[in-house]
Parts: sequence; C-alpha cells; structure tokens
Amino acid sequence: MAKKQIMPLWFYQLASPKYCYQITSKLLPLFAGAALVLLSVGIVWGLLFAPQDYQQGNSFRIIYIHVPSAILAQSIYITMALSGAIGIIWKMKVADMVAYACAPIGASMAFIALMTGAIWGKPTWGSWWVWDARLTSMLILLFLYFGVMALYSAMENNANAARATAILSLVGLVNIPIIKYSVDWWNTLHQPATFTLTKKPAMPVEMWLPLLVMLIGFYCFFATAMMLRLRNEILRREKRAGWVKKMITKT
Amino acid sequence: MLNAFWAELKRDLLLAFRNRGDLLNPLLFFVMVAALFPLGVSPAADFLAKLAPGVLWVCALLSALLSLDSLFKSDYEDGTLEQLLLSSESSYTLAMAKTIAHWLTTGLPLAILAPLLAVMLFLPTQAIGVLVLSLLIGTPTLSLIGAIASALTVGLKKGGVLISLIVIPLYIPVLIFGASAVQNATLGLPVSAHLAILGAMLILSVVLAPFAIAASLRMSVSN
Repeated sequence: MAKKQIMPLWFYQLASPKYCYQITSKLLPLFAGAALVLLSVGIVWGLLFAPQDYQQGNSFRIIYIHVPSAILAQSIYITMALSGAIGIIWKMKVADMVAYACAPIGASMAFIALMTGAIWGKPTWGSWWVWDARLTSMLILLFLYFGVMALYSAMENNANAARATAILSLVGLVNIPIIKYSVDWWNTLHQPATFTLTKKPAMPVEMWLPLLVMLIGFYCFFATAMMLRLRNEILRREKRAGWVKKMITKT
Repeated sequence: MLNAFWAELKRDLLLAFRNRGDLLNPLLFFVMVAALFPLGVSPAADFLAKLAPGVLWVCALLSALLSLDSLFKSDYEDGTLEQLLLSSESSYTLAMAKTIAHWLTTGLPLAILAPLLAVMLFLPTQAIGVLVLSLLIGTPTLSLIGAIASALTVGLKKGGVLISLIVIPLYIPVLIFGASAVQNATLGLPVSAHLAILGAMLILSVVLAPFAIAASLRMSVSN
C-alpha cells in the first residue's frame, strides 16, 4: 500500500539532495540576476534620486541598507528555525542543510543592521550606540545566531548537530517575540517600524518605493547566497554518492 | 507517572545533599560576585542602592548559569540518563523532575540568601520582599531554559562556555522583568505587572521547556 502523502509532491522531491541540487542550479541564475538588477536599481534610486528627509537630510539614506538587512535578519532566523523543524519532523537532510546554510547569512545581516544602525545613530542621536529597544533586540538576535553557530561547530556528528541546532533555534523562535516585547517595554527611543503589513507607510511614495525594491533585492540576494551555500554543503556531504562522482568526472 | 516523578525528584535531591560542595559553590559564587561591585565600582551607599537591583539579578543569573553544566553530566556519564529515557515513563516527567530538583538546590537557596546581599548592597528595605519574590518566580524559568541548553551540550566535552553562549540571550527577558520589578519597588512604584509577566514566562516555560529538554536529551543520548 502506498504511504499517504500529507504534503505536495515537490516537498518530497526536494528532500532528495540530487533533485535539490539540480533544481537549484536552474533557480540560482534567476535569483542572482534578480538580486543584481533590484539591488543596483534600488541603491541608485535610493541614494541619488529619492528626496531628502526634511529633518535628517541626506543621512536618512542609510535606511536603504539598514531596514532591509534588519528585516532579513529576522526572516532568516524564522527560515532557519522552520527548516530545522522540517528536518526534525520529516528527517530531511536537505532541510538540515538549509538551516545550516542560513545561520551565517542571518548573522551577517544582523551585523550589518547593527553597524548601519550605529552609523545612522551618530548624526541623529549624537552617539554611536544607544541602548534603544530595537537596536538591543537586534543585538540579542545576533547573540542567538552566535549561539546556534557555536553549537553547530561544537558537534562532530552532522545529524546530531542538525537536531541540536534545530531545537535551539525553535526555542529561540518562541523567545524572539518575548525578547522583543520585553526590550520594548524596557526602553524605547527608536522610530516606529518602517514597514507594517496593515498600515500605510508614513513616508512618501518616492521614499519607500526604492526601499521596497531594496528589500526584495535583499531577499533575492539571500536566496542566492543560501542556495550557493546549500549546494556546497550538498556536494560536501554527498561526496560519496554516485551522481556527484559522475558529475565531477564528466566535467 | 507521579510515582516516577517523586522517585526521580527524591533521588536527585538526595544526590545533591550527599555532594554538599556542589550545592554550596553556586551560592558562594553569588556572594563573591556581588561583593566585587562595591570594591570595583564604589562603596557609597546611595550609589550602591541604585545599582543593587540589577547587580543582584545579574549575579543570580550568573550563578544559575554556573550550575547548569553539571545538571545532566553525571547521569549522562554513568549511563543513568540512557536508562531513564529507555524506561516506559514519559521523558516529560523525567525532564520536569530533574529541573525541579535543580531549582530546589540552586534557585531556591539563592532566593533565600538574596536578602543578606541586599542589605550589604544597601537595597532599600521595602524592596527586599519583592527581590525575594521576583527571584522565587524568576529562577525556575532560568532553570527550565538552562536545562534545555544543558541537555543539548551534555554529550560534548567542552560544554561549559557553550552553555553560557546559548543561554544568555534567552535569559534576557527574565532579567529585564526581574530587575525592573525590584527597581520599581525601591521607588515605591507598583510591581504587580512585572511579577505577573515573570509568572507568565514561568508558566510558558513549564509548558514548553520540558519537551525541548526531553528532545535534546534524546539527541544527546543517541550520540
């Protein structure tokens, strides 16, 4: 009797490292191209053509790096935790590898958000670092990434490392809203969130449209970087598999 | 299920009392670190009084951290943990019993000892009750979250620093609300909201953490 499928077929197909490698080789140029176009359009538009802020002048333009990287840092954490969960539930090696591929990218996004936040803070608040709520929660998010990466590197066995980091990132995922709200309560100085799904942005269209372009560009960049790391990891772990050997000897 | 819970709790408490040194060390650490602040910062009473809520909570957090490394270690090394996980009792019960035993031997003595340090750091008297109460509600959460990290790293040779790296970010909400409850009490402001949130975090971690602890223990044992 055939096993009942709960998830659509492509979900199970992706679990095969070989299939995943082949499909990402088709997707990779698409996302890389989109990232290149969107990021170059967004950065030129944002830095040169978007209007100045009436209070902050030109210094606000760092928003075009700061906000996308901050949003990405959070999205990547969620991606990492969810693919870790998929890895635990369905015992999929590919999902484990995705989680592994996500962590350093997310950590660097959190780091970029903190750096640009500090640079932006200097002209606006008058100091490089302020213990403001959202900067602090981004710092804690960076710490969470460091914890996950440290745990991964401490484990020798791949399967155990994947399970351990998946559990840890799920615990972190439950904690992120708690951390966010407790830090908000603790201290707040930051301007309110730039993008919310439900409300109209407070900025004029000419200002947030390039930001949206940058944001989508950042997502495409993340997809590209993640797939590159994923493909490396697939090759590294499947180096004894027949299809990898065949592919290497052919080229 | 309840029988297994009590048996495990009793066994762990008995083991802890037979090794009194391990029981005392985190408390001594708590006292010593708290004593560093007047020496390192300033012995002035009004200054210390302002610092005391935060310092006491940070010291409590650090000493809770210190005791995590040994939480599952000896049971893991002599194979008891594997036997416990193989038994028909639910691993949720096991995780809960071990964590409660850990709290009774670290968090509870810490809360009892805290007033002494509070007096030494010139914490205003009206805040001492709140300090003890906030530690009583907050430290079980620390034990529960810490047990997850301890279970994740129990199979590793170099667990010590790694546990701190994993756990400190997760401890931050407890620290914020614990310390600010005491802070509010020193100023004569209401503290019930802070204590209520500490309680909510405790309930959430009682419900969820044992699952994560049990899953982590199974991962470590399968090594």
